Amino acid sequence: MLDLGRLGFSEEQADLLEVASRFCRERSPISKVRSLMLEETGFDADLWTEIAELGWLGIAIPEAYGGSGLTLAETVPIVEQMGRRLLASPFVPTTLAAQALLAGGTEAQKEAFLPRIAQGARATLALAEPDGDWRLEQMTSLAEERPDGRIALRGEKRFVLDAGAAEILIVSVRHRGEPQLAVLEASDLPAGALRREIVIDETRRSFALSLDGVVISASALCDPARVRAALDHVHLSANLLSAAEMSGGTLAAIEYTVDYAKTRKQFGKLIGSYQAVKHPLVDAYVRYEQARSHLYSAANCFSEQGAGEVAVRMARIQTETIFAHAADRSIQFHGGFGFTYDCDAQLYRRRALWNASQNGDAIYHRRRLASLIF
Amino acid sequence: MTTTADPKDLKAFAADADAWFRENVVADPGFMLPLTFMEVGTDQQFHFLRDWQNKVYEAGYLGASWPKEYGGGGLPQAFQAEATRAMRRHNGPIMLNAIGLNWTGPLLLDMGSEEHRKRFIRGILSAEDIWCQGFSEPENGSDLGNAQTRAVRDGDSFVINGSKIWTTLGRYARYMILLARTDPDASRKYDGLSFFLAPMKIAGVETRPIRKLTGEHGFTQTFFTDARIPANDLIGTEGGGWKVAMRTLEYERGARGGQAGGYVSVDTDAFAVLDLARSMMRDGAPALEDPAIRDRMLDFIMEIQSQTLCRQRLAIEPLNAERPSALPLSSKLIGTEFVRRINEFAVTLTGMKGGYYVGEPEAINAGLWPRAYLNAFSATIGGGTSQIQHNIIGEHVLGLPKS
Repeated sequence: MLDLGRLGFSEEQADLLEVASRFCRERSPISKVRSLMLEETGFDADLWTEIAELGWLGIAIPEAYGGSGLTLAETVPIVEQMGRRLLASPFVPTTLAAQALLAGGTEAQKEAFLPRIAQGARATLALAEPDGDWRLEQMTSLAEERPDGRIALRGEKRFVLDAGAAEILIVSVRHRGEPQLAVLEASDLPAGALRREIVIDETRRSFALSLDGVVISASALCDPARVRAALDHVHLSANLLSAAEMSGGTLAAIEYTVDYAKTRKQFGKLIGSYQAVKHPLVDAYVRYEQARSHLYSAANCFSEQGAGEVAVRMARIQTETIFAHAADRSIQFHGGFGFTYDCDAQLYRRRALWNASQNGDAIYHRRRLASLIF
Repeated sequence: MTTTADPKDLKAFAADADAWFRENVVADPGFMLPLTFMEVGTDQQFHFLRDWQNKVYEAGYLGASWPKEYGGGGLPQAFQAEATRAMRRHNGPIMLNAIGLNWTGPLLLDMGSEEHRKRFIRGILSAEDIWCQGFSEPENGSDLGNAQTRAVRDGDSFVINGSKIWTTLGRYARYMILLARTDPDASRKYDGLSFFLAPMKIAGVETRPIRKLTGEHGFTQTFFTDARIPANDLIGTEGGGWKVAMRTLEYERGARGGQAGGYVSVDTDAFAVLDLARSMMRDGAPALEDPAIRDRMLDFIMEIQSQTLCRQRLAIEPLNAERPSALPLSSKLIGTEFVRRINEFAVTLTGMKGGYYVGEPEAINAGLWPRAYLNAFSATIGGGTSQIQHNIIGEHVLGLPKS
């Protein structure tokens, strides 16, 4: 019978869950989340420095490149707790950029960039294009040799997370007809290359990137033999971390609604005593706990051939579906207040819509999963 | 129990168990076996399953982790777990004496007197003493705390009058765990209840079969007319029965461990349903090629995996730290509703032949799926309905106000 994955939990995960749980709760109260929504960069630079000092950026980077040599599984509890507190930071794009380098970078690139990331350099991935297709290997942006031996890029990228604050950008391009990745420094970008996009999740910063006029050296290109595998790895890594974020967000949406149901009275009774409110909340909560079990199974099996992909896609489907539902019901159960900007339910619902739109939605993953299982 | 296993050699025990079940499981007894202990409808089924349980016990693969002095094997829990795994691997029939093995037994080990344990545990394991449960009444089902069956003390006895309903194995049971009202004037209805270990084969106790929605028999209504039961056979205090009943329900719903082992119902195999989706034709192609069928099938595979993972997660304390009771209290709701829905889906998969029923020679899998679907309601209703389970989870896990 096909291996669908199984649970396991490392001591490091347990420690990080405890630390991250406290850190995110204390450092990202909802008032802070809302004030950062108004700021251009969208995150707190001091908090970023603390995150770097905690060593979280180097968790999934091998010791040889300045990291602590654990795996992406150990970042899952951190990202889950960040998601729960809507903590805004470029942690996920930076972590994913490091994964792209590890999987597709040349030795020289890994030596040059991974220690910087582990120390706190912000990085991001520019993979999506204006067609909005989640298939990463179908890029139309181009990398072309110039007579002087340097490489000229052209094309358009979309949904480049936290690009405005990134020092390192990893861009997917077509080179000699094949998918390729190029590692850029922010200084490689001409003025005006970035345009901040208006996105539904106001805790996020996302950018359109024009590659026209970007010229890089040939050494900025990754190892062509490993690029396809690197893109697959990035796709699954992004979905694992997205599932983690959504698991945390789901619990927050449910707890927020439960708190309201315990204090709001109508017809002389707390609304949480009405089964029309209580039972759907229980259903959402029970499904959340199941989705969370899938998340930690995906983390546990992530590096395994076969079971890893199955478990990640399942976790992604389960967390996305329940996050959307829990946040949707959160708006409804807050009644008139739920329709206001001041009610936090909208933060969760917008976050859920954003996450669903990134890295393949549940319908997309269901099709992939079906072909793995059936 | 005859086996004397070395408590240090789990591997050898597991290998012995595997060999024993391979050799002793009867693949086809020549008649349809019940899928759950709630479906024992004929004497033929009853005697077959009673003999089977006794044989498993005598071989040392049931109650292996219960204390030796009462008839158990006295081995660590991991030994019984291995025996149960071997039983499942070789598709052994269910354990018959479910209410004894899973509810009464652990309850006696937990809250019973020494005398009760010595008197009752061995008979529970050997299936010599079949147990039933007297909780629900015709007028009080979900509102168990309102039970009205009366118990009036008279010297060394209590005199019982009233009626209990949905008594699984009622016709065969020698004992009943009985919740009855000893004080009708208690200020809280819950404080007037007591919990008895009541004999069934005595004057004044009568059982009448109830026919289930499947057309079969399997449970009874039990009538008490001046039935005299010993006053000493009570768990907890007089008037303290509600607490004991609640503890019983924790065992019943699987929210608390300590059961004798084995299983009392056959798991619905999502992969057997997948085989069905592959083999049944729909619109000229295997049903699984229909995108709508495929998508629903995928949901069931994910759901069964959810349950497997949640069981594994019980052992990972840091992942349950915030709400430790969440998974135990929700497993009954999730598990029973899943079984109901997947069997319903299986009937759908059989297309036109979903119209056949047990007894029709051309019914798919001898009518297993429609029968399993209809029988599945016994678990979504019994032991506290799914609606009551929602209240329990909402109030005890999420802290929502009482309905």
